[in-house]
This record gives sequence, structure tokens and C-alpha cells, in this order.
Amino acid sequence: MLEKEGQVRIPAGCAISGFISREGKRICGDQIVKSISYMHDRSNGLGGGFAGYGIYPEYKDQYAFHIFYDSNEARVETERFLDRHFDVVNLSRIPTKKHPNITNEPLIWRYFVTPLPTKLAASQLDEREFVAQCVININDKISGSYVFSSGKNMGVFKAVGYPEDVGEFYRLDEYAGYAWTAHGRYPTNTPGWWGGAHPFALLDYTIVHNGEISSYDANRRYIEMYGYKCNLLTDTEVITYIIDFLNRKQRLCLEDIAKIIAAPFWSEIESDKYSEAEKQKLKYFRNVFSSLLVTGPFSIILGFDGGIMALNDRLKLRSMVAAEKDDMVYLASEECAIRAICPDVDRIWSPRGGEPIIVKLNNK
Amino acid sequence: MALNYFQPLFEVIRDKDRCIKCRACERQCANEVHKYDGDLDKMVSDSHTCVDCQRCVCICPTQALKIVDNPNTFRNNSNWSQQIMTEVYKQAETGGVLLSAMGNPKEYPVYWDKILLNASQVTNPPIDPLREPMESKVFLGKKPKNVTFNEDGSVNTKTSPTLELSTPIMFSAMSYGSISRNAHESLARAATELGIYYNTGEGGLHKDFYQYGPNTIVQVASGRFGVFKDYLETGAAIEIKMGQGAKPGIGGHLPGAKILEDVSRTRMIPMGTDAISPAPHHDIYSIEDLRQLVFSLKEATEYKKPVIVKIAAVHNVAAIASGIARSGADIIAIDGYRGGTGAAPTRIRDNVGIPIELALASVDQRLRDEGIRNEVSIVVAGSIRSSSDVVKAIALGADACYIGTAVLLSLGCHLCRSCQTGKCNWGIATQRPDLVKRLNPEIGYKRLVNLVHAWDHEIKEMMGGMGINSIEALRGNRLMLRGIGLNEKELEILGIQHAGQ
Amino acid sequence: MKKVYVNEEWCLACHLCEYYCAAANSGAENMVKAFANGNKPIPRIQVEEGSGINFAVQCRHCDNPLCVKGCITGALSVKDGVISCDESRCVGCYTCVLSCPYGCIVTSENSKVIQKCDLCVKNNNGDPACVKGCPNKAIVLEER
Repeated sequence: MLEKEGQVRIPAGCAISGFISREGKRICGDQIVKSISYMHDRSNGLGGGFAGYGIYPEYKDQYAFHIFYDSNEARVETERFLDRHFDVVNLSRIPTKKHPNITNEPLIWRYFVTPLPTKLAASQLDEREFVAQCVININDKISGSYVFSSGKNMGVFKAVGYPEDVGEFYRLDEYAGYAWTAHGRYPTNTPGWWGGAHPFALLDYTIVHNGEISSYDANRRYIEMYGYKCNLLTDTEVITYIIDFLNRKQRLCLEDIAKIIAAPFWSEIESDKYSEAEKQKLKYFRNVFSSLLVTGPFSIILGFDGGIMALNDRLKLRSMVAAEKDDMVYLASEECAIRAICPDVDRIWSPRGGEPIIVKLNNK
Repeated sequence: MALNYFQPLFEVIRDKDRCIKCRACERQCANEVHKYDGDLDKMVSDSHTCVDCQRCVCICPTQALKIVDNPNTFRNNSNWSQQIMTEVYKQAETGGVLLSAMGNPKEYPVYWDKILLNASQVTNPPIDPLREPMESKVFLGKKPKNVTFNEDGSVNTKTSPTLELSTPIMFSAMSYGSISRNAHESLARAATELGIYYNTGEGGLHKDFYQYGPNTIVQVASGRFGVFKDYLETGAAIEIKMGQGAKPGIGGHLPGAKILEDVSRTRMIPMGTDAISPAPHHDIYSIEDLRQLVFSLKEATEYKKPVIVKIAAVHNVAAIASGIARSGADIIAIDGYRGGTGAAPTRIRDNVGIPIELALASVDQRLRDEGIRNEVSIVVAGSIRSSSDVVKAIALGADACYIGTAVLLSLGCHLCRSCQTGKCNWGIATQRPDLVKRLNPEIGYKRLVNLVHAWDHEIKEMMGGMGINSIEALRGNRLMLRGIGLNEKELEILGIQHAGQ
Repeated sequence: MKKVYVNEEWCLACHLCEYYCAAANSGAENMVKAFANGNKPIPRIQVEEGSGINFAVQCRHCDNPLCVKGCITGALSVKDGVISCDESRCVGCYTCVLSCPYGCIVTSENSKVIQKCDLCVKNNNGDPACVKGCPNKAIVLEER
């Protein structure tokens, strides 16, 4: 029997796409579906997914948990866990539409929750850490249950299938958000498990990623020291945890994070491109966070509350194109995916390896 | 003696047609194996004292010499091998403890040779180190637990004292006394040119070599030879030697014959006295005592230098390492049972300790399990024989490797394992002036530089194949390793999968 | 001009330079042949040893060479700083042997003419054989 994600490490090639409205205009989900569909050949029908930001304005103060269940027993057990830790404001099945190419769907549920104040106080953790630990707990401990989205006013939708089919299945045309990212997957064997599709998410961080990182186990074994559990054995998962660790726990800004995971080469650091203070900082990062350097090809789009960031590996071993039009910024593996939804861009360019593109909402 | 119970180990074979009687072999053999016989007008040899150091073979201008195992055999016996029998005869004759030198030569498994490396195919690209930047710089030392910020919000870039290495290789501790001044000079100059570090060993630091201080690790061992303020302040780091892979649990003994004027001054002991290092440090009988010494040394050097604690790989090495990581030490050096020595009781060398591969794997995992891997860097030693051993060590979790035996080989050593005799024909493990001068540091240091450059190239080549362009992405990256011919338990300890998985 | 210099600190008195020199100038294709059948070609370099200090001595290629001055037939001459002997003109008077302050001119083993170090410019050795053959860099060819 083939092993699923988490039992075996499966390398994959991919397509990614994403866009954001700096003004915070809410854009219909069908746009991101259209964009990613133009890179059909970069996927092979074994995984597709989306992340939308600003899609739950009516529940913007609650954490939105999207959960896959293998069985009703798993659901019952998980809901018991949720009831013990959270105030569940709303729960429902995520609306889907039968699609001939999407099969074997698990039970897919959505919960809008806030941590129980007593539990939160007893844990002596800050709220986000509390939520993150609960998510990691469910995924690690409850068999047949998998939280695949856990941020506020955002959501991940993913499945085994081509991304455009997944978009239809989840009825994304019924959602609107200020930023969207998408992923089409080309794994090198058959994972057959929905949780293995991307984006990967923790709290409001989502990652879509194209590449196969050669530093995987070095990164994994480092980050697991800090309470993360890399259950899926995927690059995307470990990169998400790295960003969560550096951004949320170490309080480093995204620019600095880019300088850690795609660190400039020593030859560059020692050149006169950087000021003495910058040099000091870059050297410090490469010393202290050496195990978080990510090598091998990757292009990622990180979604977070209020923005997105795109980053290539420092040798730029994976394609990525960026474009601007008015307040919109587009990012994709291929230009066609941008032109599909915005034919007349103001500017289009190919970001250099290791140089992040960070776009935030104007009011953030 | 009328009756020889045991026969010479080796036999000198001389090709009479090639020998031109230049007598170079005779002049170069400190064991006086070769002799020109004027009456016969030919060179003759007495194999009894031959140690198979290969000096004569290498120096012979006509390649007329070969040293081979003595084909004389005792009756074959799988249990009582010829070597074991010979040792019994020797002890029956002398009543003494058997001594030998260099690393454990027994046929225990070499795990490096049962581990295979990965390479990229299709799904990600290998990287060509000749075309793309490829980085092998490493830092050794404690990493801060959390990033802290200055008042202006900028990142506070201060760290604990750190060693910066151009490539993850350092020269192991070998004391002045156990090896010659010229060997030391070769090490010091090579380390300086390479941007790495060499280690004084426990014999102090010769005044002439203080100039290489920025690339010197000064050792403090149980004998405390040559330890004083200037010594500590001169080094880039201080190593507390708790144990040595070749002889865990015992101290050292440098015979008085080797304590000549310079060695005596450097070690700060009278000429001609035996230099005896106790088995334990007599101020360290427990882990809390170690912590005190670590901080005494830090206090003495104003917290400017990282402190290394070196231990031999023994059965509970992981727990010991965990204790050391919490002792304030910045770096742990672990020395496996194949590590070399200038002299050790044979039984200890051959039977005590564990392989460095297993020790490293369990220490690295243990420190990660406890979340304290960043408290210390790990340096491994004990028979790192090639660049692929280095790559495998880094992938198992080491920050850097110490090399000792490979260093001596570069300087000419042929592992005759007779260092304890003090008659090293290669000018390495000797203090006899006529022998010491055989090692010209001008040649020696260049050979060491060559060796490390060659390894560095190879490391980069292997990393590139794996699609890794900086050594830190290899560290602890056990997914790049597969075992071959290993059982479940071995794989579990090494934390790797079997080839084919 | 590059000349051969010795560094007594590193000379091991192995005498190999003598053998490499003799063989290189013997015309034989290798060391074994040069010394075959009891042949003992005479080297143009000689190791002096004693009380722990050893060094090899050969022609210094003096700027003001007494040997050339004293040569009665003009067999010895200086070309590009190298003093060499034209054996066809040497009559074996040994004035040069007597006048060399370093004792670096020797007679040859099978004729009366003298022989001396010519930095291996006349044989097929390329660099001086003593320099190449020294195991400890005690003999070097360098500009000083």
C-alpha cells in the first residue's frame, strides 16, 4: 500500500499564484481559480488549494478552524476537545459542490471559535500561542482529524484534484477577500490524502510553495525543538513553522526573516553592498539561525493577516513573476497566470533570488 | 636471549638488483634496521627492530625496499591469533602493560562506511560548485535563546564568544612533547592560513607560537601542564580535556626522556621528569565541579573566549553531553574510540569506548529532544578519515570535526603505531633533534593546507550534489543519509533510514 | 639569477643529493643503471656533516670565480652566470681544483678532466637534480 503524507516524504513540483489589493478591496474567489487554472500543466491532479484573506468579515474576531475528518468518531472526539478549550460561536459543514473529478472527500467542517478565557488564563500563554498549541495537539493526537486552517478572517480550501476543480468544489465564487493565494500540486507519487494538499496553514500564516528544499531535515530537526511537530513531512509545513517561529515567537520582521531563510551569500555580505550594521546583523542571523537557512529550489507565497510575501531561494532555482496594476500586486509561477486575470499590468518583473516582495494593506 | 618466543613482525625485502648501496635507508632508520656491511659490500637488514614506518621505503631512491608482514606463522587458530599469542609471550617476558599508539586498529564496524549520501535527481537540481557560490563557513559556540532588540528596535547582534571556521575542520589536540616542535609549527601555520583552529593539547604552548594565538585552541587537561594566564589569554578558545577516545578513563604519561629543555619550559616541569596526567581532573569529580572550572576559565579570560569540553565517547555519552550543555560550556568535543594517541595501554585503546558515529547521533538527538542543542556546538573526533566522513558527520548533526590522524598522515606518518618509543622516523612523535629536523614545517604546513583545501573542495562537491549550497543546511540533515547493511537498532540510533527506503 | 642554496637547518645528511647528482650527470637513464655493474659515478655535490650540523656543498657560481681566472686553457667559462667546463678543452691541470675556496671542483671517475656543478643545464634533468631530490627542502634553487 502506498503511504500517505506524514508516513513518507513526498517531493513535488508545483504552480503557485496569488494577489492582493492594497486598498483592501474584496475580490471574488473565482479570480484566483481562473489564474491558477492557466498553469494546469504544472499540476497533475494530485492536489490543489487556496487561501483567502478577509473572507469572513462577519466572524473576524473568531478563529476559523477548517477541519478534515476521516470519520464521525474523529469529529466527535475533536468537538469534545474544542468544547473543552474554546467557545464555539458557530459550526457547520463547509459548503461544497459535487464535482466529478473530486472524490473520496472526507468530512469537512468549519468552526468559528474563541479560546475559553479560563483555559487561556490557566495556560499562561498568549492567545495565539494557545490556539497554535491546540491546533498542533489536535493534528498530532487525534487520529483521523486534521485542522487545515486556523486563522482569523481567513480560510484555506484544499483537496486532492486539479486546483480549478478544487475551486469549484469549494464554491470559491461565493467568497470574496482582499488577498488570495493558490497552489497546484505535482507530487512524485500518489498521496491521496487531502491534508497533504496545500496551502499549509498555522494561525493566519499560509504558505503555498513550489520547490523541493534540500535543507528539509536540518530545518525540521531544528524547528521541532521548539514544540512544532512536522507531521506531514512536507517542505511547506516546515517553512510555515519557520516563519511562525521567527515572526510570531522571535518577533522578527518579514524582511529579516527573508534574510534568514534565503540568507545572502557570504561573498555578498562581505561586499560593500551593506552597511557595517547590516553586515553585523546578517552575520548574526547566519550564525544564530544557521539551521533555518533553506536551500534547494523554492518559490513561496506567504499569506498573513494584512498582507502577502513572496520569496525565492537565493539561487532562484524556481520561476516566479511579479506584476503591479493600480493597487493590485500579482505573483505567480508563470506570467500567464497573471495575464489571465489582469491582461494590462502596469509593470511586470522577475524578482531576484532571495529578495522578498512584501505587500501589506495600506491601512496596516 | 637464547630463545625467541616471538618473531619479528615484519620482514625487510631488498631488491639487490635495484639497491645502489647509497645507505640512505641506514642513515634514516632510527631503529637501526639497515646496515652497510663493508666486508660483504652490501646492505643488510635486521628486521627485529623494524616497526614498518616506511621511512626507508619512501626515501630509497631506487625503490629497492619493501616491508612486508613476516610470513612466518604460528599454527592457525581462529581463537588464539598470532597477535594474541605474541602479546602473551611479550608480557610473559617483560611483566609489563602492553603499550601502543595511534587509534584502535581492531576490526570493529566503521559506521561511516555503512552510510551512503544522497544526490539530487530531477525534482531538484544539483548545484555545481564551480559555477555557483558554495559555502562551508561555520560558527561554533552558544546561540542566544531568543532574539533581543536594542532600544531603537534594531536587532541586538551580540552573541556569546564564537569561533569562526572557514570550513568545518579543526586539528585535534596533540601536545608539544607528544609531537615535535616542527609538527606543532606546521599545525599552527596551516590553521592560520586556512582560517581554522589547531589545538595545543595538554602540553602548553611554546612561546614562539604565541603569534598563532588567534587560530589556537589552548587545552587545559588534568595535568594542567603549561597552564597560566598568558596561555589562556593567547588562545582563541579554551578546551577542558576530560577524556580522550583512545584511552577513556585514564590519564597520560609522557616519559621523562621526552622532557627536554624546550618541552620542560613549555610544560613548566623540570627537565627529565615524567609528565603524568591524572585520570580525572582532581578538582572535577562531578558535573557541578565541571561547571566551576568552566566558569573559572571564563572568569580568568573575561568571558571573551568560548570554552570547549572534550570527552571520550563512552556508553552514556548522551547524558554526559546533556550535563555539559548545561554546564556553561560553549562547545562539546566528543572523541570516538578510534581516536589516536601518542601512547596508550593496548587493552584500553582496543576495548574501551564506543564509535563516534553512534555517539554523535545519540548526543545530537538527545540535545534536540531536550531543546538544548543551541546551547552548545558539537565537534566530533576519533577517526574522521576523509571529506566524506566529514559530510556524514555534519549530516548526523556535528557542527565541525577534529582531525588528528589524517593530519599526522599528511606530515608523513604511516601509522606504525610506535609513537611511544620516541623514535619517530618522520620527525613527528619524537623530541630527538636529528629526527625532529626531518619534518620541515615549510613542507609540513603546505601539506596540511593542501589536505584541508582538498577536503573542502570535496565537501562542496558532495553538498552540491545534494542540492545544498551552504553547510548549515547539511547540519543534522539526516534525510541525506541512508544506512547500508545496518540492523534496525543501528539505524534507530543513527536516526537514519536504510538504503532503498 | 637563481642559484642553489642550502639550508643546514633542514639537511638530514641522507646524502641523496649526491646520488641524484651523480646519476643525473652520468648520462644513464636512471639511478639503478647509473650505479650498475659496480659503477660509482662521482657527484658534484658533497654533504658535509658533523656534530648535528649538516649541509651540502656545491659550486657557488661565484660572481668573481677564481677557478675561471685560473683556468689555463679557457675550459672553464661563465655563461648566464653559470660556470661550466668544456671537457674537450680541459687538460686536467687541476689549477681550478686547487683554487676553488669551497672545494667544489672534483675529478671525474674515468678520465682526467674535471667536473663541477653546472646547475644541470647540460643534462636532461631540467631543474638541478639535487634540489628535486632533496626530501626536506634543505637544498633550494632561488633568487636571493
